[in-house]
Amino acid sequence: MTIPFLELLTLENIQALGWIVAQVLTITLPLFLAVAYLTFAERKIIGAMQLRIGPNMVGPKGLGQPIADAVKLMFKEIIIPSGASKIPFIIAPVMVMVPALMAWAVIPFDKGLVLADINLGVLYLLAVSSIGIYGVLIAGWASNSKYPFLGAVRSGAQMISYEVSMGLTVMTVILLSGSMNLTAIVEAQQGMWYMVPLFPMFIVFLISILAETNRAPFDLPEGEAELVAGFHAEYSSMPFALFFLGEYANMILMSGITAVLFMGGWLPPISTPLFDAVPGFFWFSLKVAFVLFVFLWARATLPRFRYDQLMRLGWKVFLPFTLLWLIIVAASMHIFGLVGA
Amino acid sequence: MFPDLMFYVFASVMLIAALGVVTAKNPIFSVLFLILTFLNCSGLFILMGAEFLGLMLVLVYVGAIAVMFLFVLMTIDIDFAMLKEGYASYMPVGVLTGVVLLVELILAVKSGLFSSDHLITQTAMPIPTDTQNITAIGQVLFTDYLAPFQLAGMVLLVAMIGAIVLTFRRREGVKRQNITEQVLRTRKEAVELKKVKSGQGLV
Repeated sequence: MTIPFLELLTLENIQALGWIVAQVLTITLPLFLAVAYLTFAERKIIGAMQLRIGPNMVGPKGLGQPIADAVKLMFKEIIIPSGASKIPFIIAPVMVMVPALMAWAVIPFDKGLVLADINLGVLYLLAVSSIGIYGVLIAGWASNSKYPFLGAVRSGAQMISYEVSMGLTVMTVILLSGSMNLTAIVEAQQGMWYMVPLFPMFIVFLISILAETNRAPFDLPEGEAELVAGFHAEYSSMPFALFFLGEYANMILMSGITAVLFMGGWLPPISTPLFDAVPGFFWFSLKVAFVLFVFLWARATLPRFRYDQLMRLGWKVFLPFTLLWLIIVAASMHIFGLVGA
Repeated sequence: MFPDLMFYVFASVMLIAALGVVTAKNPIFSVLFLILTFLNCSGLFILMGAEFLGLMLVLVYVGAIAVMFLFVLMTIDIDFAMLKEGYASYMPVGVLTGVVLLVELILAVKSGLFSSDHLITQTAMPIPTDTQNITAIGQVLFTDYLAPFQLAGMVLLVAMIGAIVLTFRRREGVKRQNITEQVLRTRKEAVELKKVKSGQGLV
């Protein structure tokens, strides 16, 4: 009797697997670097907004700071609480990190520069970002401690609530572009970025991604004044670093999605010969950097929401508003004869 | 063939995870195994070319329904001794159901119900090759099956309203925040200026 599985382990298949791993690494390794320097940018920008200097000691202009932080976290002791559920406790940070990386497979960096140009790219993004909740929930439960648990429950409820309005805003983009393929969506924005006709949806989306990534002013899951550090209060060393990296990787991802859906991805702002000569990747990075700046700006400026206010905003304001706007967009497309264009 | 290899990976992980769902002692682990099963199942769907169904499985079951399961299980206090209590009395019924299902499956496989040539001739809808998955579903869903589709939506709406009506209670003596009222307050209603005489103060 032959075992079909072993027969399939041919050189050809192993090469195919190796090729996939190589492609994944070419996206994730620069992403890790971007995450490290986003933490640096955050400390510098918020420092500037609060009239401080920020990190300036390690390396020229403090540029070595993220690397020093990484080394510090790596050499710290990993503490697992005695009452904790060990395997979930260790898996949880990985489950926050991995979906944030998986989603990059469908993001187009430039014309044709995308790992997987699938037809249902938008749906894939929504599906993958919905998996991220589990890491937080499991972390809170496995820690076997009050504050992490409360933080995890808050985070779960918050992420589900804002996913609804996020999904509906994305629907308006799909309606206008007539496709779920991210490359097609960017190309449909050739004449006008969707943030112009869909400006209210753009704002709703921006606020929703703040809540999705648990960032200020919606960072209740880790509200240090009431929950110590929220769902990762019991974590130390590398597991903690993974949560940290996961949060920032998610921020970059959400900024990338915003850039693709509303700000024309790799397209230049105006199509002039000079702007067209600049590679699309540059424009894409510039837009991502802008949205990231909004993230940091919001953190430096706005006070934290109260939990009931957060839920009210999600369910009583955003949900009816996005539903109404979806109907308006669909109706106006019908009236102006844009359906199927 | 690479997809064949992926099929074996997804299928074997899915079977192991499904076994984990029924054998795990802690219900939380059962739910986590269930999520793993869903994810691998969606991988199988995508391998079969039903990418919309596969992604919907992740979005609906993993992203929403399993989260609710996990939420409920996390917040209730599980007594493991009580969970095991009825084990012996439920055992015969469980075994009987399992055996009946197994026999049915063996009979179905024996009679060639799952053979590939049978499945191809028996599909409910011709598989479209030129249109996208999602377009094809949309075209039949909003034409031929419009009434059942709307009806399903109504059933879900009724269930949702029912759940809200059953659990909603208005509590007395709780101060509620009315944001519109707060925002509509003017300076005239909120601020009162008084002249304070020195040495007397306000009484």
